[in-house]
Amino acid sequence: MTIARLDGLSVVLGRVPVLEGIDLVVAPGERVGIAGPNGAGKTTLLSVLATLRPPSAGAGEVLGARLGTPAVTAVRPRIGWSTHEPALWDELTLLENLAHIARLGGLDPDLPGRVLEQVGLAGAASRLAGHSSNGMRRRVDLARLLMLRPTLLLLDEAQAGLDAAASEIVDALCRRTVSNAGAVVMVSHDPVLLETRVDRVMDLTAGSFR
Amino acid sequence: MSFWSQTLEFARRDLVTERRAGEVGTIVLPFGAVALMAFPLALGIDSDVISRVGPAVFWVVVFLFTMQIALRQSASDRPHHRATLALLGVDPFARLLGRSLAATLLIGLFMAVMFPLMILFYSPDLPPGWGTAIIPAALAGLGLAQIGTLAAEVTAGLRARSSLAPLIVAPLAIPFLIGGSQALESLGRGASILPWVLLVSAADLALAVTSALIARPLEEASR
Repeated sequence: MTIARLDGLSVVLGRVPVLEGIDLVVAPGERVGIAGPNGAGKTTLLSVLATLRPPSAGAGEVLGARLGTPAVTAVRPRIGWSTHEPALWDELTLLENLAHIARLGGLDPDLPGRVLEQVGLAGAASRLAGHSSNGMRRRVDLARLLMLRPTLLLLDEAQAGLDAAASEIVDALCRRTVSNAGAVVMVSHDPVLLETRVDRVMDLTAGSFR
Repeated sequence: MSFWSQTLEFARRDLVTERRAGEVGTIVLPFGAVALMAFPLALGIDSDVISRVGPAVFWVVVFLFTMQIALRQSASDRPHHRATLALLGVDPFARLLGRSLAATLLIGLFMAVMFPLMILFYSPDLPPGWGTAIIPAALAGLGLAQIGTLAAEVTAGLRARSSLAPLIVAPLAIPFLIGGSQALESLGRGASILPWVLLVSAADLALAVTSALIARPLEEASR
């Protein structure tokens, strides 16, 4: 069984073709890197893999659910996506942000405190997200993914703005995901950075793989 | 997590956010009070006219400023928030309903502050049993909150949001304005407020059903 399979998939936003004829197979235990310049369609490809954007043409399947069908709703909780901008609510503290996600996800209420400690932010738990640095916000986003334990981990420029210790958290998160028969898809505009962290790198240019 | 637990979680989050951001307390309430005070200043010294229009002005101010409450910046989810919530498997209607409940409480607070101010500035002749008009007023507050929340969702991320949202809201708010204001008029004539309670309740129900039906398509379209 594959984690994700895209067959000749295209996405058109408005009248602009953003992805064209994408073929991709992601197997369990695999780390795939997608490199490409700004505007190549990397984030759109992640939104397709996250099942949040249906294909305009072609077909695809993620965690056994056919893209563009209601079946995707059931597999969404097994997908973790670290978006380019951390999904935090500015008026909530770092701990409250994680607690909000934990409650909605039906997780252990002690988990937010534990993962915040794992990412080195236990001392900043009561700091408002809006008053935290970008690096801290990204760490909290990683803490969210540690908490959710996704089968398919999608990372959008995950290393951007992170120090060495935080980069190690990203690596640990990826290692844990693949060791649990999951998979990681990581996008970046920096192919050199990707090559050190993934099993294979695919080059996305102007919406197509080269 | 059950649908109702999700709903309460979103309402709670919106109220915590509001407590910290203070948009209602520090911006909407003071400006609402100023608007309520400005009408008698514009009308002059004819105390009969001022006294007669007081309740109507109250409802106009409630209508105008509750939209500010429902559309407040701190209560809006940006695309990356929506993506995160969708991946958690959150029911879009629970999110909409939770936000409506929080807005209803804030609108109730706004009304509770504006009503005594209206009495102070306009000295209206309140009919006997005017307290029962709280029922249609509360139901109207719920309706205005639902409309505002829906308008906020429909216009989320649009550049013309601030001008488009009131255009959506204005026609839908008519039953609530009529029901809320006419209940007090009916009491003045010694008539029953039941027809107005029924009108506002029916409009509330229609909005709730509409929200339930369009919550998911709206969520999908917003990405």
